[in-house]
Amino acid sequence: MIRLIDIEKEYDNGTKALKGVDMRIDDGEFVFLVGASGSGKSTIIKLITAEIAPTEGRLMVNGYNLNNIRPGQVPYMRRTLGIIFQDFRLIDKKTVWENLAFVMRAVGASNREIRRRIPYVLELVGLEKKADHYPSELSGGEQQRVAIARALVNNPSMIIADEPTGNLDPQRSLEIMTLLERINGLGTTVLVVTHEKALVNRFAKRVVAIENGRIISDETGGYYNGQTT
Amino acid sequence: MARRLNSGYYITEGFHNVFSHGFMSFAAVCMIVACLLIMGTFTLLAVNLEHMLGELEKENEFLAYVDESYTQEQARELEGQLAALDNVASATFVTREQALEDFLQGREENELLSNLPASVLRDRYRIHVEDIEDMSKTVDLVEKVAGIAKISVMLKVAQGFVLLRNIATGVAVVLIGILMIISLFIISNTIKLATFHRREEIAIMKMCGATNAFVRWPFVFEGLILGMTGAVLAFFFQWGIYQLVCNFVIEANGMSLVVIIPYANMAKRILAIFAASGFVIGVGGSLMAIRKFLQV
Repeated sequence: MIRLIDIEKEYDNGTKALKGVDMRIDDGEFVFLVGASGSGKSTIIKLITAEIAPTEGRLMVNGYNLNNIRPGQVPYMRRTLGIIFQDFRLIDKKTVWENLAFVMRAVGASNREIRRRIPYVLELVGLEKKADHYPSELSGGEQQRVAIARALVNNPSMIIADEPTGNLDPQRSLEIMTLLERINGLGTTVLVVTHEKALVNRFAKRVVAIENGRIISDETGGYYNGQTT
Repeated sequence: MARRLNSGYYITEGFHNVFSHGFMSFAAVCMIVACLLIMGTFTLLAVNLEHMLGELEKENEFLAYVDESYTQEQARELEGQLAALDNVASATFVTREQALEDFLQGREENELLSNLPASVLRDRYRIHVEDIEDMSKTVDLVEKVAGIAKISVMLKVAQGFVLLRNIATGVAVVLIGILMIISLFIISNTIKLATFHRREEIAIMKMCGATNAFVRWPFVFEGLILGMTGAVLAFFFQWGIYQLVCNFVIEANGMSLVVIIPYANMAKRILAIFAASGFVIGVGGSLMAIRKFLQV
């Protein structure tokens, strides 16, 4: 569960990115966080992943109070999250299997656990036959599916996808979003940050809209009518 | 999911890092070898100088002349008093007859000295000191002993030895310090390049929940491998260079003045010092380099 209470964030250069944001995401939910560029979406993601700290307000992520979390606890909090980036951020010199294995090793998984878990996750994202391929040998959609598999491989309770379809064509975008919906159906909370109106409106999920650092709407089964840039 | 210290993974990654940017690793090892060689050369020079000075110190003595009014028996009685003084290693009584004999050695052909009576000389003590640096204090103490009439000492020579040894030791210490710092920065830069090259990987690992220790260990092993490789190579190069210099010195002076300590006598200590230096340079450099990249 994620809970943001009266969150304010002002950067060192004086930019006020968030102004009194209140938001709650319960376990098992699928939420779109939408808004134009510079509206504050990325700041919310950075706060949730503890890359930055709020200036004011209270922030809870999966049972961790991020207002007074000790630095040594941050990795353990992050293990409850799976993060997907717009630019995939795969390691080019590692195969699909190695890209997944190294994040499992990063959390202390044994070789046995790695051998058991990776085939399952690759099958889930439909890439079981691409395990030995390098990212450069895959299409953009396949690379993003590898990124989703990597986010899932440590079995997090929540997936955070930051503009996951930003680099994909509409057909591939739809496939990715369908996959995320399927993952949500398996019980994982999903938070998708996007500004792709058509895609959001097609899925009729909870939509939280943000503008100039403030939440302007929060509707389940809602629609996104804002600017797309 | 089980948490464990995956040392096999860290070591494998450490080796992988070393070979994945081979040229930089080679350059780093070369620099470590060069620094350790320079450091080792000056240290060995200082050690040998210290050894030679130590040998000279053993020879170092001064003469304390006994009052002429003392009989030989009375003069002999002073031995206990002199030997008990601070910094006195030994006090050897020399009769005026022995002194004359010593004096005449090599002067047998000098007719003027042929009938020289022993009474022109005094009974004396040959006093060896333990620490050459405290010689002047010891001379003062001996002078105060009743029955000692005069002291003959070459303090300036003794002080010259001390000065030379102190300079050599000081230069060695300063050079070791400087070269250690240089080596530390070289290895740090090598690891920094490696971490910069892998910054994306590190950022992803951190976002997936890797602890700082997990990210740090492979780089620490990389530094350790580079540091120890440099240390071992430097040890053998140092051996070769030392042998060459030894041979040259022996040929040049026929071992008459300079006494060189054989490398084999110091090998274990040198290897231990080089290994410790390689460890400090490698691990310290890695830790310095990786710090910035862990702040994700």
